[in-house]
Amino acid sequence: MTVATLIPVAYLIATVTFILGLKGLSSPTTAVLGNRIAATGMLIAVMATFFAADVQGGIPVILAGIAVGGIAGFVGARVVKMTAMPQMVALFNGAGGGAAALVAILEFSRQIDAGALEFGATLATLLALIIGGVSFSGSAVAFGKLQGIITPKAFRYSGQQLVTGGIAAATALLSLVVLAGAVAGSVPVEPMLLIAIITLLALAFGVALVMPIGGADMPVVISLLNAYTGLAVAMAGFTLNNQLLIVAGTLVGASGTILTRLMSKAMNRSLGNVLFGAFGAAPAGGAAAATAGDDGRSIRSISAEDAAILLGYAQNVIVVPGYGLAVAQAQHNVRELADLLESKGITVRYAIHPVAGRMPGHMNVLLAEANIPYDKLFDMEQINPEFPRADVALVIGANDVTNPAARSNPGSPIYGMPILDVDKAQNIIVIKRSMKPGFAGIDNDLYLDPKTAMLFGDAKEAVGKVVQELKRAA
Amino acid sequence: MTSEAIVAVYVFVLAVFVGFEVISKVPSTLHTPLMSGANAIHGIVIVGAMLVASAIPGPIGTVLGFLAVVLGTANVVGGFVVTDRMLAMFKQRPTRKPQ
Repeated sequence: MTVATLIPVAYLIATVTFILGLKGLSSPTTAVLGNRIAATGMLIAVMATFFAADVQGGIPVILAGIAVGGIAGFVGARVVKMTAMPQMVALFNGAGGGAAALVAILEFSRQIDAGALEFGATLATLLALIIGGVSFSGSAVAFGKLQGIITPKAFRYSGQQLVTGGIAAATALLSLVVLAGAVAGSVPVEPMLLIAIITLLALAFGVALVMPIGGADMPVVISLLNAYTGLAVAMAGFTLNNQLLIVAGTLVGASGTILTRLMSKAMNRSLGNVLFGAFGAAPAGGAAAATAGDDGRSIRSISAEDAAILLGYAQNVIVVPGYGLAVAQAQHNVRELADLLESKGITVRYAIHPVAGRMPGHMNVLLAEANIPYDKLFDMEQINPEFPRADVALVIGANDVTNPAARSNPGSPIYGMPILDVDKAQNIIVIKRSMKPGFAGIDNDLYLDPKTAMLFGDAKEAVGKVVQELKRAA
Repeated sequence: MTSEAIVAVYVFVLAVFVGFEVISKVPSTLHTPLMSGANAIHGIVIVGAMLVASAIPGPIGTVLGFLAVVLGTANVVGGFVVTDRMLAMFKQRPTRKPQ
């Protein structure tokens, strides 16, 4: 028995570790272990692959590639701030999609050289190429939007559907030509030229798919693209007749689909609505109707001192953290504020919207980083009935998830999205840098509420000042 | 269809069911780490990249093979490390003493 015959055994072990890993990641107590089990399986699979016959000619190239990719991945993952996690996941996901597309191109070229084009394998190769390409460019756009390189607003122009549909149709048509060629035994045009054009079309389609989607929906998009990459990897597995790739890719495709559905559900919208819907492209009337002054209401601004007094005399405070808190890295200051209030006998709880901080669970991660006890964090369903009893709702850098227009204004682009009922609290303090609209690009009626006081400033500084005032008063 | 291809389709279909079942109940706190962990797992494409890295002789084939391995490795390493960092935040800490 040679080492090479043990490769399938190693792949089987890796397959099992991936299933155990995903299962472990589903529960808080086993998540760390689950992740490490899957990583170990990955290492076993890669080590075993070095013994495969097909690999022998390319060991230097592979080692160089692993060195470059490994350093890039490790450094990127270590230095990224916790707040930039969503775009980092997008970036790594795009890398996987790109790798799947490249594998498809290389395998297709090898099959042509061998004169062994066959329908099933060609279909799988084309799917790996197209889905991987879409995932690559789509993830790149999602990264750009979250990083602020590309405008996070939904990018729309007239005839957009026509262009996107045209790209899809052209991709499908050329793929059919290649498939027909595979069946007939010869592709009419230079096959690699066709593949090059299909690759470009797939990349263009990924861009066209994600550009019209607003930044607020990016988590759903990243999750969807994650599932896409899984599927692309599974298709590459069909092409290479490699069970490990098929199982691992499919597992991710299935899990990504479930997660995507959960996220869309949290925003009370169908996936179709996210992909083709109208965030940001809503009729101007919806947003314009809510601007200050229209009906005599205006914004009330308060100082940190007033905010401290308001908080100091409260019994019951609910903190509503949002992305602004994450960007300002204010979680430790918030913890300090909460400790101060609790030492005065005030109840402090945290209301976590399902998509607070741009991704489900993202805000929990950030607050856990500041040692905020897990049992003080409440889901939207748990905390919403509590708002009428709260003396103060302290909104820190959250915007769209508190906008009452989602409940009351059918013209609003976020109408129907479940929100935190912040407006039902006795008093509302909103810490916000400016009156700039939130990620969805619309105004927030909450700020015009007579009960609402705006404390303008960077979340970290503003909370810090409130803490100082509270300490002075004590 | 060859019997090999049929086996592959069987594996695919069964994996879909496993994928749905294995993560169907997840607390929302873990959604982001789970997505990131799944993201790392599809980095298994690195094995595919290794297998085709030297499939095409000549500079273009080598460059494409090299890039495939780079991207696949970045996906694997970055994915697992980021997930581990996220999960480190959830580690049990000594509970604060009530005052």
